[in-house]
Amino acid sequence: MQRLSTCLRLLFATVLLTLVGCASTSGGNPLDPFEATNRKIDAFNDSVDQAVLRPVAKSYKDYTPDLLQTTVKNFFGNLRDMWSVVNNGLQLKPKETVETGMRVVVNSIIGLYGLLDVGTPMGLQRHTADFGQTLGYWGMPSGPYVVLPLLGPSTVRDTAALVVDQRGDPWAQINPVASRNEGIALRLVDKRAQFLGMDDRLNEVALDKYSFVRDAYLQKRRAEVRRGPPSDADELEEKNNDLEPKSLSNDQ
Amino acid sequence: MFITFEYFEGMTMFQQIHTSLIAWRKVFFVGLFTVGMSLGLTAYANQQAPDAFMQQLSNELLEVVRKDPAVKAGDLQKLANLVDTRVLPNVNFQRMTASAVGPAWRQASPEQQKRLQEEFKMLLIRSYAGALSQAKDSYTIVVKGFKGSAEDNEVVVRSEIRGGNEPIPLDYRLEKSTDAPGGWKIYNFNVLGVWLVDNYRTQFSQEINAKGVDGLIATLSERNKANNRK
Repeated sequence: MQRLSTCLRLLFATVLLTLVGCASTSGGNPLDPFEATNRKIDAFNDSVDQAVLRPVAKSYKDYTPDLLQTTVKNFFGNLRDMWSVVNNGLQLKPKETVETGMRVVVNSIIGLYGLLDVGTPMGLQRHTADFGQTLGYWGMPSGPYVVLPLLGPSTVRDTAALVVDQRGDPWAQINPVASRNEGIALRLVDKRAQFLGMDDRLNEVALDKYSFVRDAYLQKRRAEVRRGPPSDADELEEKNNDLEPKSLSNDQ
Repeated sequence: MFITFEYFEGMTMFQQIHTSLIAWRKVFFVGLFTVGMSLGLTAYANQQAPDAFMQQLSNELLEVVRKDPAVKAGDLQKLANLVDTRVLPNVNFQRMTASAVGPAWRQASPEQQKRLQEEFKMLLIRSYAGALSQAKDSYTIVVKGFKGSAEDNEVVVRSEIRGGNEPIPLDYRLEKSTDAPGGWKIYNFNVLGVWLVDNYRTQFSQEINAKGVDGLIATLSERNKANNRK
């Protein structure tokens, strides 16, 4: 506990320093002081994706039976729901905890270890939550935006939380290691396959894909950290960012 | 007169209340009928509650999309048509564009402002087409309520897309408007916690800082042309 709090304090200090450090630099997003490095990692991720992950995900989607794909998605979704239950609990959200918890119980038992998703038709919806979100819920700031090699958009806080998320991932406890890795690879391909099509669209609607993804990621994370997106607390701040409509319409 | 008080004599208190209630109910129904008639006559041109308005609009649009496979398949021409006739009358698109462009909007000429709106609209229709092609038939939109009071000039309406395994939050900022069919106009919306207009602010300001307003218009128009060729 002692060590953890020292770690947290150090992290806060780093975050604060970087924030202060970049407050003077003009132009860029204050939450993205490492933009130059991030852009390089982002480009690297893109090339890996284009060369390996995307083609594999595409063949997976095109050539394996739909039923298999759904089953894989359900199975890993159910494992993920277990960790969501814990985090919803840690965030003291009774409705989300109970609903996702019931979902896990129903899907694990009636749905044959989560291979079938019987929860959704029963109206039990998934409420995804992770440890980064839990930290944010209890007041920890996100810190600067970082792009992780292979993993993509994150923040300093969410990256630190990944270590705990890893502990809470049932699949990561599977032995032997070989089967574990196969499962992790399959999960990755499944995840990527779900985003096929969306990546093309991003290239179409964004003028600069990097900043578009960054801004969307930060907004989305902020919303997830608040109770129900979008929060009442942030309402004012967003209002102030908005241009005053009155003066605008008078221009016309 | 509907209420006649002489009946009250010789009745118990409960009977009195009962009679009085019946009388008032008559007044109420006649009143409601009159209001209903006048509402019917002026058709749409009245102020709805913002959440009721959004529920109605969402249902209408879902219905249209469901019945027209071409729209769902991403037929841009048809979708643009749908947006022009059904969506845009309920949107303050000038405000959306102005807010996305930021301070440079004030310096832009009316001609530039018009071009910006047109190109931004095309770009958004593109992203809508993408979203619709991913939509399932089982999707429904449930309006959860709104923040603020119906007397406010601006409110936030919250809704959710249900039918997938995870609810997708979808929120709208509305402003009161006298020339809108439902009395409200959308000026920003939010999918999964991301406000669309806010997300375009950086995109546009980067371009404006580098190449000016005309540069932004050129980039948008090139992008739209490239997208349409696909």
